[in-house]
Amino acid sequence: MSRFRIPGKGRVDHAAPVSFTFDGKTYRGLRGDTVASALLANGVHLMGRSFKYHRPRGAVSAGSEEPNALIGTSRGAGRFEPNTRATVQELRAGLVTESQNKWPSLSFDIGAVNDRAYMLFSAGFYYKTFMWPKSFWDKIYEPVIRGAAGLGKSPTEADPDHYASRYLHTDVLVIGAGPAGIAAALAAAQSGADVTLVDENPEMGGSLLSDPAVQIDGRPAWDWVDAQLGRLRAAGVRLMTRTTAIGYYHQNMVGLCQRLTDHLDTPPKGAPRERMWRVRAGQVVLAQGALEKPLVFDGNDRPGVMLAGAAQTYLHKYGVKVGDTPAVITSHDSAYYAAFDLADSGARVAAIIDTRDAVRPDLLDGARLRGIEVLSGHTVTTTRGRLRVKSVRAAPMRGTHVGTGRDIACDCLLMSGGWTPSLHLFSHTKGSLAWDGQTFLPDRKTEACEIAGAGRGLWGYADVLADGAAAGLRALEGLGRAGHPAGFRVANDRPGTGASHTELPTDGNPGKARAFIDFQNDVTAKDIRLAVREGMRSIEHVKRYTTNGMATDQGKMSNINGLMIAADALGKQPPQVGLTTFRPPYTPTSFGAFCGYLRGETFQLTRKTPIDGWAEANGAVFEPVAQWRRAWYFPRAGEDMHAAVLRECKATRASLGIFDASTLGKIEVAGPDAVEFMNRMYTNPWTKLAPGRCRYGLLLGEDGFIRDDGVIGRLSPDLFHVTTTTGGAARVLTMMEDYLQTEWPELDVWLTSTTEQWATVALNGPNALAMLKPLVQGVNWDDFPHMSCAECTVAGLPARLFRLSFTGEVGFEVNVPARHGLTLWTALMEAGKPYDITPYGTETMHVLRAEKGYIIVGQDTDGTVTPADAGLDWAVGKAKKDFVGKRSLSRPDIVAKGRKQLVGLLTEDGSLLQEGAQIVLDPDQPKPMKMVGHVTSSYHSTLGHPIAMAVIEGGFDRMGETVFIPMPDGVRKARVTSTVFYDPDNTRLKA
Amino acid sequence: MLLIHCPYCEDSLPELEFAYAGEAHIARPADPSTLSDEEWRDFLFIRTNARGPHYERWRHISCGRFFNALRDTVSDRFLMTYKAGQPRPQLNEAAE
Ligand SMILES: [Zn+2]
Repeated sequence: MSRFRIPGKGRVDHAAPVSFTFDGKTYRGLRGDTVASALLANGVHLMGRSFKYHRPRGAVSAGSEEPNALIGTSRGAGRFEPNTRATVQELRAGLVTESQNKWPSLSFDIGAVNDRAYMLFSAGFYYKTFMWPKSFWDKIYEPVIRGAAGLGKSPTEADPDHYASRYLHTDVLVIGAGPAGIAAALAAAQSGADVTLVDENPEMGGSLLSDPAVQIDGRPAWDWVDAQLGRLRAAGVRLMTRTTAIGYYHQNMVGLCQRLTDHLDTPPKGAPRERMWRVRAGQVVLAQGALEKPLVFDGNDRPGVMLAGAAQTYLHKYGVKVGDTPAVITSHDSAYYAAFDLADSGARVAAIIDTRDAVRPDLLDGARLRGIEVLSGHTVTTTRGRLRVKSVRAAPMRGTHVGTGRDIACDCLLMSGGWTPSLHLFSHTKGSLAWDGQTFLPDRKTEACEIAGAGRGLWGYADVLADGAAAGLRALEGLGRAGHPAGFRVANDRPGTGASHTELPTDGNPGKARAFIDFQNDVTAKDIRLAVREGMRSIEHVKRYTTNGMATDQGKMSNINGLMIAADALGKQPPQVGLTTFRPPYTPTSFGAFCGYLRGETFQLTRKTPIDGWAEANGAVFEPVAQWRRAWYFPRAGEDMHAAVLRECKATRASLGIFDASTLGKIEVAGPDAVEFMNRMYTNPWTKLAPGRCRYGLLLGEDGFIRDDGVIGRLSPDLFHVTTTTGGAARVLTMMEDYLQTEWPELDVWLTSTTEQWATVALNGPNALAMLKPLVQGVNWDDFPHMSCAECTVAGLPARLFRLSFTGEVGFEVNVPARHGLTLWTALMEAGKPYDITPYGTETMHVLRAEKGYIIVGQDTDGTVTPADAGLDWAVGKAKKDFVGKRSLSRPDIVAKGRKQLVGLLTEDGSLLQEGAQIVLDPDQPKPMKMVGHVTSSYHSTLGHPIAMAVIEGGFDRMGETVFIPMPDGVRKARVTSTVFYDPDNTRLKA
Repeated sequence: MLLIHCPYCEDSLPELEFAYAGEAHIARPADPSTLSDEEWRDFLFIRTNARGPHYERWRHISCGRFFNALRDTVSDRFLMTYKAGQPRPQLNEAAE
């Protein structure tokens, strides 16, 4: 039996020992323990070192608000987690834990010299100390600070666990299963409403689990809790433990993180570690209770100094006496009950030091009965003890005057500065707060929610239960349902009130007091006052200057104390200074829980064409394009990418290449007004385009810049087959729909996305026509020149055949219904054998189109390029009165001289330029140089030298001039050329 | 996550199904060629950038329809939604 465990006491299983290690040493705890309660049962208070000063620290709380007892936990490869709160980590067999932020050991830590040098680390030190000299930052300050300050180590391996997510719709979501939450759920469940009750702890019951002597309706508290949970279960209420409401969003959406396996000795195979719930609730009841506030005095952070309520929880929930001789310092009645319960369990309470002059007579009686000395109207001026508190110095005070003190020996010090309603979730909704003289309470609501119990400042079980029941009933009424009010009879209630303080008065030098407010970020009262002296006026500035409340605990225990002291220093009331903003998540939440299924292969969908399987079987290397995966190139044995692409390019130019173009966006524009619609959308004129012909179409934004392009075929007078760029398909359809629905609703036009309905295979090369002809039926070849289209059959399959070219060779695009795509592809491969048909990928497609100077929208254009800039003036229907973007083409900036224009570049030394490289006219000018453009496309080519395209200021007037491209390894020279590097007269297209 | 009411589907659905589409009630001029450069600039780029109730366009991705909304940019609340082409409702109508 561990030294501080009381036999038979608590909710832990005394018959089920669990062993675990902490910093390499094996300890024994019990099933139901947390790491903190198990260590405390073994007399271990020292659990970590603080962030900045490396001060020794122990658990100060027994819950998720814990700032000090942060540990690393591990259960195998990839399953290391830093900054786990020892106060919530449940014990499981074989759990390996370690303390953080110490070297070489927890009890002897070199970094603790920071503590002696604390004058250097005062408020604003991040801003002040490292300003000079600048060159010191990289080499000295940052490495030293990163090494010395900080929390746990980041895990280095990928997380092997998986995480789930779910949606939930519920009528009433009750957050917090303490007395108020249980009462609210009981009220809400009585009329058949769908009710969900969640709690972050492994067990429901909240504060009642730490107050077993309370009786409700004639039953001891724990029996009452069991009975009510049974009733809730029977009524169909969803009960979720280990489930933290991390954020409260618009329209009653609440994020819940449910921890599923971290507490299990052996998690079931395949079970998710955590599950994120996105809950949409008709009504929300916030019953999160209140968090106890520390008192602020010199040495309030020594191991052994903890919140009085935490000591009471360790005693009753875990059967752990946190010390043999506790002393108490309090400004609230609640700490008396902790002292009484400890005394009743065999501890010798050294003294109760109360800052208040008047103490409730029944509490004084209770103390007298147990032989506990009460020092009312006293302050604590300091504590002593290196790795564990040994004594506390209490002194009488009258206002700010402090009398002669005396040391009281103790092995732990329980403190209570009163209770702060837990307002985090309420604040996420931008609900307003009201100051009641001691603390903030919820005021004006913005969501359909109720706040009940200690969360709105109530104290004592009778009041809290009645309030919870009323809140549940109001939630029910909010749903348009009715229920009956419930009453509760409470015996042995523990009501209480308290006083609120800034730092406790001291007779010591206040400049030397180490009175901590934010334990996790090592912020003291002195830091807050210094920040105010140095000009910080808003609490948001004080927070950032001192880092108060900015650690992983989000200031759960420190915000109000920080505010009280800042307000005092400013001579204002706290509400005038304001409370800092609470932001989600309520407690630290794993990235895995947020990612859910969205990782690895399921991070986003991969679109595949009907020919993808063939490409994979034939050794294609793939590249992602938008959400598609496309065959990039088809290497043969021994070929690298460069060799494969060059072979594919040459084969296509020499004979015949085949390319899967199925990802092309396709939109059908149909209806009596289709041609008018096309005239208004695209720059080109469409009226005179005969059915059976196609045309290159250019789409602008209303600002005159190129948005998309593609070949568009007119299949019949009222039917256009529009193609778009692979990545632009959805955008173009949305833009068309926008104009059709909102600007020209009078047009009788239907728009249909057909991208995935058609598989598209491109055939290019001098033998394309000869190879294709025998497979086609229904085309009059005497009247099927370049830029024609027809509905016909190809290889017996219904097809839309386009004669067009994106390579400069004779070319066709065969569209067949997607289900026939693979059949078509294999038929063409077979028929192409006599011509050495060569499958090629997107890289060869890029090279061949660049040799011909065909642009790719989004690569050679960037949203600031007009048709004229891209040399595409010929595609603009000048005679048309209007089209989208036309008016912008005559705006002053668009017709101004010196715009960047798309040109070709050939390097003098025959080297390959880098896409994105900047271009200058004079490489010897001083830096920063005037950049006149950049390289947009650059490839090795079939022409024996690399080619590039670039946008350059006034480029069309610079033909033949030399420009310069400064690169890390030297300046490249390049000659400005036309963008058409291959067959400028289109002789091959007409062949 | 907001719930947004699509006036065509007549249902309130998650924000993920919707896309913002700019300020509402800015009609494309019938004949842009008659506009001065300044007038065309204003049509293209000048927006009210309201603090508070804002008339704006949204698209319901699932049904493909564009509609208008009145949303408070401070609270991020939708005060109402209505079909494209309907006149700009007054603020007091939205409050009802
Ligand atoms: Zn809709």
